Amino acid sequence: MLEFIQQLINGLSLGAIYALIALGYTMVYGIILLINFAHGDIMMVGAYVGFFSISLLGSNIIVAMVFAMVTCALLGVVIEKVAYRPLRNSTRIAALITAIGMSLFLEYVTLYFLTAQQRVYPASAFPLHKYEIAGLVISNKDIFIIVSAVIMMIILQYIIKRTKTGKAMRAVSLDKEAAVLMGISVDRIVSITFAIGSALAAAAGVMIGLYYNAINPLMGIIPGLKAFVAAVLGGIGLIPGAMVGGFLMGILETLVSGYWSSMYRDAVAFGVLILILLIKPTGLFGKNTGEKV
Amino acid sequence: MLQIKEIDVYYGAIHALKKLSLEVEQGSIVTLIGANGAGKTTTLKSISGLLRPKTGSIIFKDNDISKVAPEKIVGLGISQVPEGRRVFSTMTVMENLEMGAYLRKDKKGTEEDMENVFTRFPRLKERRKQLAGTLSGGEQQMLAIGRALMARPQLMLMDEPSMGLAPLLVKEIFSIIKDINERGTTILLVEQNANMALSIADKAYVIETGEIVLQGNAQELMNSPEVKKAYLGG
Ligand SMILES: Nc1ncnc2c1ncn2[C@@H]1O[C@H](COP(=O)(O)OP(=O)(O)O)[C@@H](O)[C@H]1O
Ligand SMILES: [Mg+2]
Repeated sequence: MLEFIQQLINGLSLGAIYALIALGYTMVYGIILLINFAHGDIMMVGAYVGFFSISLLGSNIIVAMVFAMVTCALLGVVIEKVAYRPLRNSTRIAALITAIGMSLFLEYVTLYFLTAQQRVYPASAFPLHKYEIAGLVISNKDIFIIVSAVIMMIILQYIIKRTKTGKAMRAVSLDKEAAVLMGISVDRIVSITFAIGSALAAAAGVMIGLYYNAINPLMGIIPGLKAFVAAVLGGIGLIPGAMVGGFLMGILETLVSGYWSSMYRDAVAFGVLILILLIKPTGLFGKNTGEKV
Repeated sequence: MLQIKEIDVYYGAIHALKKLSLEVEQGSIVTLIGANGAGKTTTLKSISGLLRPKTGSIIFKDNDISKVAPEKIVGLGISQVPEGRRVFSTMTVMENLEMGAYLRKDKKGTEEDMENVFTRFPRLKERRKQLAGTLSGGEQQMLAIGRALMARPQLMLMDEPSMGLAPLLVKEIFSIIKDINERGTTILLVEQNANMALSIADKAYVIETGEIVLQGNAQELMNSPEVKKAYLGG
């Protein structure tokens, strides 16, 4: 039992990371029905911005995270403007292919300039401590990841539920034409959505740097895909779904690694995806009338 | 107040409006009646900027608005109650009304107007925390009207507000429209329910396959044999 609870705790921080990435996928999908395949790579850029602000500028982890979030918010806005907006009224497959192209572009530009070499997140940024409580071990890294992810999710919920812009985001995702009739600029709302989603991904990138200690230009691919599965699991387009889906995926992955073998942890994610698509394509929280991915 | 001058509107190759002209005088109720597919919704969407006329102009208070971005049109004083109500279904009644006031910066005036909407539609007040999608058809129509009023429009475009409502509710909606107009809002009302529309309108246009085929004083049109035959059931 203790072992099981320990695995759950280990899964929480990974789940928090997946949840943050999944939120960006789901928010963008909710607004423009696009699976932004470059989203995991934006996370990777965030991890690098965090890395360099720690190693070159000597910033602490929070400043590094804020730095990464701001940079990626801008990057997300630019990517949408340059690559996706011109295709807003074309077929969805055209936009999807563009997103895959953007993903490769970010990966290979980073490879070109920074090489494929792994970089180790500076340990100085976050001296590791482990705490033992009632036989359970938790590290300050895990606590930091979980707490900051939860704070970001609370802020996000506040924005979406209570602010005028958040309400406009929901209005646009429900009915663009009606939203325009209210005077809401769809372009502006799409930009804000990309900014928020990319900022959350950047925070997740820094967290992954902390979690795995190492980063590389292709690090966005697998977590990106898993977070995408998390978003589908929760019901693509649904914000609470992405949060729950992210935590579930993280916990599931740690359980599989812990009780079975870490060799299977990636396979499990895709097993989950296939199962949802077979059993309930709209995800755990989706109504059965929704559009299928 | 509003002049549409010979606009041509297309959906791809489909020529939906053909040199359509109409005029709405300040303070009046003007109705545009016609059968399903005649081009009524297309006309309102063109005014709101959702569709772009290929030729012609749309003049609102002396400015051509035919090239203005749709999200800017509301700010000029034109609100639309779209066909099928189009309320934001998973948002509450209050949130829907707030969206109607999206461009307004005066918090106090907005709150007052929300109270006014609630005074006009007490049923919306009772349900203000409820999701719009859970309302009945009539309540949703009231919400769509309330939402448009929240922008304090000078001109309100209404697309078949009676659609799908029981006769008693239709009567209620039309008396509300009349009342809104009496309080100073100019109205362009699109309807298939010609009888009701003509009974509250000052002026009427009849549209058939994208063209105005008849126009005139609403009272006179109601008595005209053509209109009686085609739109008023004999
Ligand atoms: N999105 C669209 N694409 C193609 N044709 C359309 C579209 N919307 C309307 N039409 C066509 O334009 C004509 C006018 O439609 P509409 O303005 O909706 O009529 P009404 O509101 O009077 O019922 C119809 O022939 C309709 O089939
Ligand atoms: Mg219509």
